Amino acid sequence: MTISEKQAALVDEFAFFDDWMDKYNHIIEMGKSLKPLNDEDKQEDLLVQGCQSKVWLKAEKQGEAVKFWADADAIIAKGIIAMLIDVFDEQPAREIAQAELDFIQEIGLKDHLSPTRANGLMSMIKQMKIYALAFA
Amino acid sequence: MAYDIDYIRSQFPILDQQVHGRPLVYLDNAATTQKPVAVVDAISHYYYNDNANVHRGVHTLSQRATDAMEGVREQVREHIGARESAEIIFTRGITESINTIAFGMGTLIKPHQNVVITALEHHSNIVPWQMLCERTGATLRYIPINEKGELVLHSLEEIIDENTAMVAFNHISNSLGTINPVSTILMRAKAVGAWTLVDGAQSGPHAKVNVQDWDLDFFTLASHKMYGPTGLGILYGKRERLEALPPYQGGGEMIATVTLEKSTYAEIPHKFEAGTPHIEGVIGFGAALNFMNSIGIETIAQHEAELLDYATDSLSSIEGFTIIGTADLKASVLSFLIDGTHPYDLGVLLDQQGVAVRTGQHCTQPIMDQFCIAGTARASFAMYNTKEEIDLFKAALESAVNMLR
Repeated sequence: MTISEKQAALVDEFAFFDDWMDKYNHIIEMGKSLKPLNDEDKQEDLLVQGCQSKVWLKAEKQGEAVKFWADADAIIAKGIIAMLIDVFDEQPAREIAQAELDFIQEIGLKDHLSPTRANGLMSMIKQMKIYALAFA
Repeated sequence: MAYDIDYIRSQFPILDQQVHGRPLVYLDNAATTQKPVAVVDAISHYYYNDNANVHRGVHTLSQRATDAMEGVREQVREHIGARESAEIIFTRGITESINTIAFGMGTLIKPHQNVVITALEHHSNIVPWQMLCERTGATLRYIPINEKGELVLHSLEEIIDENTAMVAFNHISNSLGTINPVSTILMRAKAVGAWTLVDGAQSGPHAKVNVQDWDLDFFTLASHKMYGPTGLGILYGKRERLEALPPYQGGGEMIATVTLEKSTYAEIPHKFEAGTPHIEGVIGFGAALNFMNSIGIETIAQHEAELLDYATDSLSSIEGFTIIGTADLKASVLSFLIDGTHPYDLGVLLDQQGVAVRTGQHCTQPIMDQFCIAGTARASFAMYNTKEEIDLFKAALESAVNMLR
């Protein structure tokens, strides 16, 4: 699936829930199912700057594509990075760098996060795009 | 007389609203309290009727604004038991109050001297002293805490010694709720001739402090934590101390005469009030003090103590619930962790259910480091909170925990 198709699939998934507690529950489930990083990977230099909780993001160039791994100490932050990984993982670096992430707006996530947490989300996206640019 | 909670809640219209479809339960009072109608009305009344700059024009509005502001200065003097209203300085907040003193002491403190604070302080009572010590070569010392979050006083005589210039500490800890043994610390400070500052940020809404009973050199309060407007702090200083300190900021209001070569400074309190003051904030704070006193600070404190006991008992039945800060003497702050959950996640899910709590380090990073934790979730109670709200809080917490585990 392309980045756009991945985003559309996520929007569909979330449309299934009316209540925001259920949407959060889904984010939490995504966080729980994201494969955790090994403790030795949880290094200072992998920390995403600008997040209130600790979020580690690791990326590797695999041909034209970028492979991502991530972890977080808070589960909602982990769920959010899991969503981003769902969209960006193993996509071409150039496309990640140029992607517009409409799904965040469409799910309504940005409006539902406090400003500090919305900043954290923006920092995660920025960090993923910086990796992609470096690998493009 | 029974505690008239319905009347009190009716004075805080903001409480009557839904957040994410649930009734708002506001438990972030240690960060800031809500404002009663009387405070908002006083500010509106001032802007509709009396607004003018103070201490200058001879015109009627200016005189009214000046009288209103100076009336509150006298009201604050009475509230904290100062000798004279000139000892009451209006600042921007506690941060500015402490910076005013720490900056002023830069010309007085010697490199061999030390400043003593505690391991329980808010960043606003740490950083200004670190800056003072960096500028002057003086040393900063800490009174440590134990695992309950209480100050450890057995080495007080070594920590506060004859080279101690200032002992500055909070009355009540904002992140743990510990009520500190003020008299014991003051006694030692007085014995070595050190200056003293008590930070009343968290005690202002719960306890009446008399600065002469404690013979304090400095005392500071925050209006917005006492049901008053934001942007206003109170700095009390003994006349001789305030006279010894140089002014913190230069500008209008704080001068006696200005020539292009040299200015002379006004008498206290104006020496420390450069620029146009926060007039409506002062007036609103006067209304807040009247409102608190009309209910009675001791009555409020008793209500909050009941809420704290109720919440402590009730929440402790949640599996894995740990209170951070279990001092024998505590004010209405409940800092906690729950096994298998992160405080940030709890904060988000509580908010989704209408419950407002604080999460994080509460501007007290050294305390969190000492407990080896990244932060806590903190519920703090005020005069308008109820046991029913604590029940809602507990139910919301239980659903959050079920989702997170």
